[in-house]
Amino acid sequence: MALLEIRDLHAEVDGKPILKGINLTVEAGEVHAIMGPNGSGKSTLSYVLAGRDGYEVTGGEVIYDGKNLLELAPEERACEGVFLAFQYPVEIPGVAGTTFLRHAVNAKRKYQGVPEYDAMEFVKFVRGKAKDLNMPDDMLKRAVNVGFSGGEKKRNETLQMAVLEPKLAILDETDSGLDIDALKVVADGVNALRGPERAMLVITHYQRLLDYVVPDKVHVLANGRIIKSGDKSLALELEERGYAHILEAAA
Amino acid sequence: MVATKETAQKVRDLGTEKYKYGFSTDIEMDIAPKGVNEDIVRMISAKKGEPAWLLEWRLKAFKVWQEMPEPKWQKVAFPEIDYQEAYYYAAPKSSDKPKSLDEVDPKLLEMYEKLGIPLREQEVLAGVEGAPRVAVDAVFDSVSVATTFRKELEKSGVIFCSISEAVKTHPDLVRKYLGSVVPYSDNKHACLNSAVFTDGSFVYIPKGVRCPMELSTYFRINAENTGQFERTLIIADDNSYVSYLEGCTAPQRDENQLHAAVVELIALDNAEIKYSTVQNWYPGDENGKGGIYNFVTKRGACRGHSSKISWTQVETGSAVTWKYPSCILQGDNSVGEFYSVAITNNAQQADTGTKMIHIGKNTTSKIISKGISAGKADQTYRGLVRIMPKAEGARNFTQCDSLLIGDSCGAHTVPYIESRNPSAKVEHEATTSKISDDQLFYCLSRGMSAEDAVGLIVNGFCKEVMQTLPMEFAVEAQKLIGISLEGSVG
Repeated sequence: MALLEIRDLHAEVDGKPILKGINLTVEAGEVHAIMGPNGSGKSTLSYVLAGRDGYEVTGGEVIYDGKNLLELAPEERACEGVFLAFQYPVEIPGVAGTTFLRHAVNAKRKYQGVPEYDAMEFVKFVRGKAKDLNMPDDMLKRAVNVGFSGGEKKRNETLQMAVLEPKLAILDETDSGLDIDALKVVADGVNALRGPERAMLVITHYQRLLDYVVPDKVHVLANGRIIKSGDKSLALELEERGYAHILEAAA
Repeated sequence: MVATKETAQKVRDLGTEKYKYGFSTDIEMDIAPKGVNEDIVRMISAKKGEPAWLLEWRLKAFKVWQEMPEPKWQKVAFPEIDYQEAYYYAAPKSSDKPKSLDEVDPKLLEMYEKLGIPLREQEVLAGVEGAPRVAVDAVFDSVSVATTFRKELEKSGVIFCSISEAVKTHPDLVRKYLGSVVPYSDNKHACLNSAVFTDGSFVYIPKGVRCPMELSTYFRINAENTGQFERTLIIADDNSYVSYLEGCTAPQRDENQLHAAVVELIALDNAEIKYSTVQNWYPGDENGKGGIYNFVTKRGACRGHSSKISWTQVETGSAVTWKYPSCILQGDNSVGEFYSVAITNNAQQADTGTKMIHIGKNTTSKIISKGISAGKADQTYRGLVRIMPKAEGARNFTQCDSLLIGDSCGAHTVPYIESRNPSAKVEHEATTSKISDDQLFYCLSRGMSAEDAVGLIVNGFCKEVMQTLPMEFAVEAQKLIGISLEGSVG
């Protein structure tokens, strides 16, 4: 059974159809890249999977880990192991990174019936993770994303992912706004999380990230549908020739 | 209500009703006839065995009160109070102040245990490493029931007892300072309080003493239809320090109850008083029925040079909150601070803020006000910064932030700045915000429930104020914030 199975998914935003029949199967252990021109529905797909308000599913289904994902509330999806690394992570003033993560991790533990961490144990745990990822401790002490540069925000998303250990990680344009060094740090973090029980959907515009996070499959999303799939060479092809020729071919 | 970690456990154990302290206790009570008049004032004074000068003072206040008009400028609305429809004295029947805890009505003690107040010194002492050492004066309705840690405090010369007792054991101190910061003619409710106050706490810290532990008073209104008029007087002599915490609850009732307390603080040369309040009076039901009217007058006089008074309040309860803890900065180099978190949910209303009066030279004041409004509640920050002509080098910094949850609540800011000295620097910043959907979704996407998310975001919003609470109480206050906002999202 695949970890994620999306069948004929249709979704609207403000009454406007964006996803017009997505079909996608992702097995555990795989990394799929989703590329496509602006406005194709990439972010919409990630929000629909995460369960954001305002994104209305008008048809199709999503089976995640054998469960009907669309029936679960967003926090339930998170506790079941779905993680979305946001393209534009929001600021939460006054809430330290560690506090935020502790609430998140404990919410998941409570859901699973596992004892929760107390503040001291948690700090140890999370510092360990930050160290593994080569990330500075101070990111945890500062308020979540407040005053963070674009790169710091993306690293913070990666750290959260490492701490929450999701089964399905959806990375929404994680590489946008990153310089080469930040890109490497994030890519290393993502790669460190690859594993046989885990699947990833890497949404990106550019080939660049995929040099470091090598995908098993690449899909092109345009106009609300996946119009072409292939292996990593498809990404290279897009890089050379752009989307136009693929869009023409699909029309 | 805030006391110890045990409290939070007891809160959980007490059941799932929103307002956890809504129970009442069946205890034999000594209750005065209804209404307020000169006879009642005399009766109260007689019951307390007060000296003539104090009875005189009460009677003068009562006379003035009768002539005083009700204030009309506030932005909170409530039906006209019928002062004759309440009882002004209610005391648990053991008439003499108990000499030891063994003499106190066991039902009373049971109630305090239920509320988690560490009345038994052993319990608190034995209470595990790290259990807070807090001296507690427990006031049930109008009467102080017991005060803990007295022996230890006596060793340092600290006087901490009920004001009724202080009138008898330290009359000079009381006479010197009572009414010196809040004269009875100050406002209608302080005036009534001066006439009919029944108890409260008295604290005196001698010169050079740093009070060895937190002092705390816990107020509980139990009897139906009684007003609670406590009077607190705290004096910190030269070079002394005290941190004082006030906590409050009241049972759920259909009728509103009036709480018109007066708190006077006096800090002499180089002295510091830190006064923290975590107020969780019954807020009324979702439609605003019942609930406490919390109309209190709190004022601190920084009389000495380099003296400091700081107020921290976390106001989450009451149907109507109407109070302006203030500082009069008389001494040169004196400092006044006001930190506030006010939460109004459902149909609660609040008109609260502070007054900082700069009189001496080089005085400083700091105001940080965080208002959170949810449901159909309405809240106003009203602040006054007044710089008198001789207040050379005065500095003020004010920051008032409002957070709105949902689309039916309101938040207003009414800042008054009066500066009559050109060397003064006054800064004012204000923000109004909502909990954004993005922030909420961010938390949900990490597995938190909507309530958990709101609690987290609001605590982050209030962090600067929460940090000023004594550590033992900060954790409890954070939990209380979460509880007060239940039902505000979704």
